[in-house]
Amino acid sequence: MKAKARGAKIIHVDPRFTRTSARADFHTSLRSGTDIAFLGGMIKYILENERYFKDYVTNYTNAPFIVDERFDFNDGLFSGYDPATRKYDKSTWTFKKDANGIPEKDFTLQNPRCVFQLLKKHYSRYDLEKVSSITGTPVEDLKTVYEMYSSTGVKDKAGTVMYALGQTQHTIGVQNIRTLCIIQLLLGNIGICGGGVNAMRGEPNVQGSTDFAILSHIIPGYLAAPVASLQTVDEYLKRFTPKSADPRSANWWQNYPKYMVSLLKAWYDDKATKENDFGYSWVPKLDDGQDCTILNMIDNMFEKKIKGLITIAQNPAVSLPNANKVREAFTHLDWLVHVNIFDNETASFWKGPGLNPKKIKTEVFLLPAAASVEKQGSQANSGRWIQWKYEAAKAPGDAIYTGDIVIRIIAKLKELYKKEGGSFPEPILNLKWDYSDEKGRFDPLKVAKTVNGYFLEDVTISDKTYKKGELVPGFALLQADGKTSSGCWISCGGFSQDGTNLMARRKKDDPTGLGLYPQWSWAWPVNRRIIYNRASVDLNGQPYNPKRPLVAWVDGKWVGDVPDGPWPPMADTKNGKYPFIMKPDGVSSLFGPGLGDGPFPEHYEPLEGPLPRNLMSPQLNSPIIKIFSKECDKYSGCDPRYPFVMTTYTSTEHWCTGGITRWQSWLTEAQPQVYVEISEELAQIKGIKNGEKVKVESARGSLMCVAMVTPRFRPFKCGDQVIHQVGMTFNYGWLFPKDCGDTANLLTPTVGDGNSGTPEYKAFMVNLRKV
Amino acid sequence: MSNGKSILIDTSLCTACRGCQVACKQWNNLPGTKTKQIGTYQNPQDFSASTWKLVRFAEGKNGNGKPYWYFFSDMCRHCMEPPCADTIQGFVKDGVIRDETTGAVVYTGKTKTVPFEKVRASCPYDIPRQNLKTKVMAKCTMCIDRIKNDRIPACVQSCPTGAMVFGDRQEILEKVEKRVAELKKNYPKAMAINPDDVRVIFIVTDEPEKYWKHAAV
Repeated sequence: MKAKARGAKIIHVDPRFTRTSARADFHTSLRSGTDIAFLGGMIKYILENERYFKDYVTNYTNAPFIVDERFDFNDGLFSGYDPATRKYDKSTWTFKKDANGIPEKDFTLQNPRCVFQLLKKHYSRYDLEKVSSITGTPVEDLKTVYEMYSSTGVKDKAGTVMYALGQTQHTIGVQNIRTLCIIQLLLGNIGICGGGVNAMRGEPNVQGSTDFAILSHIIPGYLAAPVASLQTVDEYLKRFTPKSADPRSANWWQNYPKYMVSLLKAWYDDKATKENDFGYSWVPKLDDGQDCTILNMIDNMFEKKIKGLITIAQNPAVSLPNANKVREAFTHLDWLVHVNIFDNETASFWKGPGLNPKKIKTEVFLLPAAASVEKQGSQANSGRWIQWKYEAAKAPGDAIYTGDIVIRIIAKLKELYKKEGGSFPEPILNLKWDYSDEKGRFDPLKVAKTVNGYFLEDVTISDKTYKKGELVPGFALLQADGKTSSGCWISCGGFSQDGTNLMARRKKDDPTGLGLYPQWSWAWPVNRRIIYNRASVDLNGQPYNPKRPLVAWVDGKWVGDVPDGPWPPMADTKNGKYPFIMKPDGVSSLFGPGLGDGPFPEHYEPLEGPLPRNLMSPQLNSPIIKIFSKECDKYSGCDPRYPFVMTTYTSTEHWCTGGITRWQSWLTEAQPQVYVEISEELAQIKGIKNGEKVKVESARGSLMCVAMVTPRFRPFKCGDQVIHQVGMTFNYGWLFPKDCGDTANLLTPTVGDGNSGTPEYKAFMVNLRKV
Repeated sequence: MSNGKSILIDTSLCTACRGCQVACKQWNNLPGTKTKQIGTYQNPQDFSASTWKLVRFAEGKNGNGKPYWYFFSDMCRHCMEPPCADTIQGFVKDGVIRDETTGAVVYTGKTKTVPFEKVRASCPYDIPRQNLKTKVMAKCTMCIDRIKNDRIPACVQSCPTGAMVFGDRQEILEKVEKRVAELKKNYPKAMAINPDDVRVIFIVTDEPEKYWKHAAV
């Protein structure tokens, strides 16, 4: 609202009219699952009306790069698709390289095989009428949004994108975000003040959880999870350390070995030596191609391949899709440990609806945990600021830090392995495990220092000698020879040798006047507040927007925010470097070969959608998604039994599954029971009045809820077809309060994004009827 | 009596997060009541002895077919000349305190002897409610206990968007005038509701009755 007061325009795109819409300058709706069509239309609009920021696009993106001549796109599929494996061979998604191995470029952007022209060709198919027929958004509204937003593609304006799970929870969720990135790059809105593609986190430390790898494909600091076929650390590093032949590319990930070896040293300390590959063989490894994302894990549990489960501060019996399957899968476990501040539907699954406790053999342990406000430690926001916080209150009763719980479990494991041995005790026995204070309690400061990293021997770098035991001042000083440790390289520099915890800083000075507050908390990397900030200046290092200079090259040095590297601006053809230092080519990717489903985002319908065909191509759904095929996974796209599009969401009053907030009477008073929001038009067709009980059903489950008939949902006109959409929250569960209902996830499908596995909570098909 | 205090409630900045509704209960030790979902975000449905601050939701369709959703964070207006005080005073002495320095209108325990329906009927904004057990009447106190200790009212403090502002009446009246003039550029119907008669002044961008039937007199 402050930005609005200063003249910003807020555009809100959401299937329903929400509290956010009420405060936006412009709201329009789209049918859930059609974001790429909506945004692809914007890319076409930007390119064909020349609304893009030409200098930026030419110099700072791969728009001029010439793509391999074998690359192609036909009938909804990119070159290299194998229908048998449902995977792409991506060998044609590459650039043509010159004799030195550097990608060939056409800075006039005219070569028909350059990224810019291929992008233009790809999105030329996304014309207004076709987009409107897919999304159900009126053509006039599309034009309004495209015109308003693309007005930021100039030097002195910024546009920012704020998104949340409405973008990610689709079978094409990752590509939704890619589409937003492409738009932001075309408009020159990345690396500038007030730009970016910003994830709105549902919880204060989601950023911290990904930084520290609570995902199955990474280990801390976004390093790749080791796989079984990479037997030695050298093989691992060879596989994941990117190379660039271009001397002007900083290619920062070339430092991969320093970060990986320092991580191994943080884990195994002096047990990790050059001779034993720094303990690489002790790191748990995925089988090649193994899928450990959540839907597959539940499927494995359902098949009794997983025996035990530890869940901390989550409520998967309510939050995961196809909740009936999840709850049944839990009955196949031998044991389940649940750590939380309250009982919830996961810890009490064995007495849930339709289950007979006498027949369930799963042994359940509920461990009482301290709440976030009862703990000291760090939390990172989506701007990468890591802020230290303190205990606001002591945890009640037997509740302790989750860190204490983990420490005690590992200490016990070590004791048992020491006493009893085992087939492979080294990973546990060799683990450095020194995170307690003198009273044996979890010590968050010790953890923070380990995360920062130490010099493990005296090390001399550029004439300066660092003593053994000193904290490493920044990741540029981490070493690949085992002389340094760091539990998460991106966090290196957050704790200084003089004892200052930089994350705990609270100075409100704002020297640039841009709201960077460089001495409030600490931001990774190296306290840089806006990453890729050298994209905010021209080739001579002068700010594109002189009124809001983020960084500038003045008298031979950078001033402003911490720059992305010390190198001079790009006009210095000898020493200048490209601004996107984490990309091997030094520029950002309009053509992005890294994902599994294509270098350009393409519209595919949700697995369960209302249309018999995809208006963009013969390929109805994402070609790479995994299809689960158990009876309980059944789905029903374009099926007259389930004619209405459903989307799920949360409400302001409850937090996620309501596992915490449903116990709070002021919040439950404000949002007491599960409801389904439906349009006045659909209510009339179904003879449903506001406030009446209805039964909502999908191919997988059903539940009773209260109908909320509202003008805030409107039918979509998709071509000649009228499509009705409804929506529900997943905030409720059977445990408490007794009359609140149950989760919308009884309905959601077992299907995830082709790249990330994130479930498609946001678009599927249901029926509803008056009870 | 000085000019006292006032609260500005700018509905054009309200996101209906209901932080104010909860903050009021927290500060005044008021319980969450048992409610049901009846087809609206608004809950509880109305004021009660346990609910003195309530965000009311009103929705409909504009001329162009697009929806609107108005939020009205309802509370006692702390009238300059409160009719409820006259009614109560007619039955019992000291049933109402009209605080000299702030202008807050605060009910006392003695209201239990007063016929409630008469008091309720005398309020043009339908604010007073009665504790059914004790018969004592209840409503917002302007958080006079906080104000006397140099704190702003709990609802105002909780507001994340600055939709509510507390201050000296003169200063608030100036803010109201300035904000209405600003809003009129985009919303010709923008207005302040009864600013001369009440201390809690709402700014709306459409007809007050579209927000709530008792929004204005």
